[in-house]
Amino acid sequence: MFNLAGYGPQIFAGTVTTVELSVLSLIVSFVIGLIGASAKLSRNRAARGAATLNTTIIRGVPDLVLMLLIFYSLQIWINDFTDWLDNLQNSIDFEFNLDPFTSGVITLGFIYGAYFTETFRGAFIAVPKGQLEAARAFGMKPFLVFRRVLFPQMMRYALPGLGNNWQVILKATALVSIIGLSDVVKAAQAAGEATYRTFFFICIAGAVYLMLTIISNGVLLYLERKYMIGVRKAVL
Amino acid sequence: MIYIVQHYWQALLYSDGYHITGVAMTLWLLVLSCAIGFCLALPLAIARNSKNPLIWGPVWIYGFIFRGTPLYVQLLLIYTGVYGLHFVRETPMLADFFRSAIDCTLLSFALNTGAYTTEIFYGAIRDTSHGEVEAGRAYGMSQFTLYRRIIIPSALRRALPMYSNEVILMLHATTLAFTATVPDILKITNDAYIATYAPFDSFGLAAVIYLCISFGLIFMFRRAERHFLAHLAS
Repeated sequence: MFNLAGYGPQIFAGTVTTVELSVLSLIVSFVIGLIGASAKLSRNRAARGAATLNTTIIRGVPDLVLMLLIFYSLQIWINDFTDWLDNLQNSIDFEFNLDPFTSGVITLGFIYGAYFTETFRGAFIAVPKGQLEAARAFGMKPFLVFRRVLFPQMMRYALPGLGNNWQVILKATALVSIIGLSDVVKAAQAAGEATYRTFFFICIAGAVYLMLTIISNGVLLYLERKYMIGVRKAVL
Repeated sequence: MIYIVQHYWQALLYSDGYHITGVAMTLWLLVLSCAIGFCLALPLAIARNSKNPLIWGPVWIYGFIFRGTPLYVQLLLIYTGVYGLHFVRETPMLADFFRSAIDCTLLSFALNTGAYTTEIFYGAIRDTSHGEVEAGRAYGMSQFTLYRRIIIPSALRRALPMYSNEVILMLHATTLAFTATVPDILKITNDAYIATYAPFDSFGLAAVIYLCISFGLIFMFRRAERHFLAHLAS
């Protein structure tokens, strides 16, 4: 019954790809989220407007549509750009091909960056103003205030939302197999088609995702405990 | 862009001449899967609140499996996986059901949104204030009447903001139907892309349509919230 028919290594490699894709997208969207949240809370009206427009549009459009849009158009834009460079400098032939992995990271990072923006905005607001004022009164530069005071405290408020987003990103990576990335879903599909046991192999892919979910739940619990150090809980 | 709109507007909105397609198809998928998911979720949420582990256990496992795996994997499993099983192919009724793309799509969407909705309703029912329940009991209501008159109406109201989120996410999830050859908005724009090789125009058009539907839904839910949650407004 539990016979992988020699497709074990492919499925394992697919799992590694899935995890890599999720982690990289998480990092990209984390950074975009921090930038977006700062823009949304800044005094500059243009930055605020741009960030709001960005999050509204991205959260209103399905991720699969955005993924196809970015994956196919970005390549064309890059080609146009490299052609233009070629014309500029006739001696060198510029070429840049966008593989599914890179465009998956860009797209997922871009999409979930908008979701992170909202998470971080809420968390930034939750940090008491007095703490930031105190830090500034100590003569800290803005970046130091962010690193020493704002970020560690904000993380505590952001963690539940962050954990949620991580689970969503992990599951959204399955979509990247539609644009041709050989992740765990693609590997399971290939194995199923070759052995006529699609049901079994897709179940394996599902089990891999369940396992990743269980592991990430454990990590999140640990992180939550870590960032909750020094917080007094209300006794009910 | 103009070419695509001229050639595909009818297919994008309601029909390609033979089948329901485009916006009509997407909305049909959304409404039907949300309706089935809702009917599934309400009893399951009540069961999830039971004290008996034999009752809440299976519901928890259902939620864990369907919320822990991607919808795309569930769709693949139901659409391509189940039909490969021998006993399904040999039972005419099951074979008919699992051969149809739209049946499989609806089944997987309904099961998926049902799992998320169960969790939303479960939380809302659990957080019902104990005073309301006690008052109901003091009036001599039976368990059934208590649920029908007190717990469920109040829980559904409080669940509305979360539920509206879930419906929007479900709208986004319906795009997956195109991988199962169901002619929804994305399938039509994908056809347009293949015909014109203009990805930005075709998928951009899809993005605009989805954005409009999202805004429409958000607007509707805002009004519903103002109506049903009027007692909570400060």
